[in-house]
Amino acid sequence: MSTHSSRLAARIMVAPSVVLLFIWMAVPLAMTLYYSFRLYRLLSPDRTGWVGFNNYLWFFNSPEFWLALWNTLALVGGVLVVTVVLGILIALLIDQPVKGQGLLRILVIAPFFVMPPVAASIWENLFMHPQNGLFAALARGFGAQPILFLENHPMLSVIGIVSWEWLPFATLILLTSLQSLSSEQLEAAEMDGASAFNRLRHIILPHMTRAITVVILIQTIFLLGIFGEIFTTTQGGPGSASTTLPYMIFKQAIAAKDIGRAAAGGIIAVILANIVAYFLMRGIGRHLDA
Amino acid sequence: MARAVSPRRRMFTTIAAWSVALIIFFPVLWMILTSFKTEASAVASPPELFSADWTVENYVEVWSRSDYPRFFWNSVVISLGSTLLGLAIAIPAAWAMAFVPGRRTKDLLMWMLSTKMMPAVAVMIPLYLLFLRLGLIDTRIGLVLALMLMNLPIIVWMLYTYFKEIPGEILEAARMDGASLPKEILYVLTPIALPGIASTLLLNVILAWNEAFWTIVLTTTKAAPLSAFIASFSAPQGLFYAKLSAASTLAIAPILILGWFSQKQLVRGLTFGAVK
Repeated sequence: MSTHSSRLAARIMVAPSVVLLFIWMAVPLAMTLYYSFRLYRLLSPDRTGWVGFNNYLWFFNSPEFWLALWNTLALVGGVLVVTVVLGILIALLIDQPVKGQGLLRILVIAPFFVMPPVAASIWENLFMHPQNGLFAALARGFGAQPILFLENHPMLSVIGIVSWEWLPFATLILLTSLQSLSSEQLEAAEMDGASAFNRLRHIILPHMTRAITVVILIQTIFLLGIFGEIFTTTQGGPGSASTTLPYMIFKQAIAAKDIGRAAAGGIIAVILANIVAYFLMRGIGRHLDA
Repeated sequence: MARAVSPRRRMFTTIAAWSVALIIFFPVLWMILTSFKTEASAVASPPELFSADWTVENYVEVWSRSDYPRFFWNSVVISLGSTLLGLAIAIPAAWAMAFVPGRRTKDLLMWMLSTKMMPAVAVMIPLYLLFLRLGLIDTRIGLVLALMLMNLPIIVWMLYTYFKEIPGEILEAARMDGASLPKEILYVLTPIALPGIASTLLLNVILAWNEAFWTIVLTTTKAAPLSAFIASFSAPQGLFYAKLSAASTLAIAPILILGWFSQKQLVRGLTFGAVK
């Protein structure tokens, strides 16, 4: 059915999507690249000019940058570990026949539908707040000092909040994969005397490899850009303790109003995303030949 | 893998599963409960559950005394508008890629997805400046465009995986009967693909409603949707916990309801059919 005319029609139908996405990606990227080599501060708009790699060097020489880089990787890695491990355990648990399965699953996936600023605000105000939070009340109930979550453990707190948001996604996908596992195979293994641990290791986990890969790939895409949760809770602080690369760029652009530096940071973020994507595809992409 | 299990084990797993589910859901539940308390009751120490003063006053106040309805309608317009516009552009593209695949269709799809890998913050400044130049800052149109483009790769991918499953023979039969191309899409393809289009619509409305980067960067007050409103709402030392909770509950309620109805399609959509 691919006559010449239908080929042409197909091209015309694909064109708007491709052209729009290309503009959406290429124009801002080219502008970012251009600004990253320029002196461009909104507070002193008259002084402009080429500055070579100075904006990049500022990042590499700034201790905050290396902390932000580490925080970004810690956030992605921490959330991935928590959500995949807990996701597997919870998927195994709720795959069992239990009463009220429908409502149970709705409760488990609910956090995924909570918008990031609301999720962050619930945790910040209702749970982690040192005076009025539930955790503080709990601590006082045991006669202990309330933990200052966002002040003393900002990164761990953010990782916790983001993990709560993404746990349902991981659980849901791992559960879907688990449901396609044939029960005969498991029963046969059980009859042959395979222990629960061995069944998990040699049958269930290999079956879930593809689903785990999907979870890691998709979550990494979204986690590298985490912004709203930090904006709402710690604002990157105290100091720079919870500043990630996206948040550091945001601060350069909005607070310092230094467009050149923010642009250089943007290019560094693009390169970082590409490096992560490269290693991801090399490391686990082979599980995903669709 | 449903298997016959002993009643004792079934009871144990039921208790364990429900405990886990309640722990995960608890923050949302606590927020909803807090939204029905008086402000004094909301910050009482120790926390009040059964002894609390219950009220719906917070909802009345949030809805009537602030700009809340405007933020709410901005959210509705922006998430629905960006999704419908995205569908209008993506349906022909996905149709063409699914039924008239060329040699480079797979590469094109991968390229589209790769645009999602680019951190939004990296292109924030140029986009802000472009929007400023075009007069699109703090306008609903601007946000509709931005969120449409942000989600376009996902919309195309989802539709592509749904269309791919429609047998080509049905379309050929229609063509034999003399249906033109627009008629073929409108009367033959669309009804068959409607469930797929519906779940694409649902998921992308959810993604657009919950988007909290572009909405914060590209709006100030007029066009700001709920995600930007809540993000900038800071409760000074717990003075407005109950009202904040009521505003938050209203902000997530439409999406919670939509999401619960569409959880099955959601898995397929979000994984581009990679996990069945």
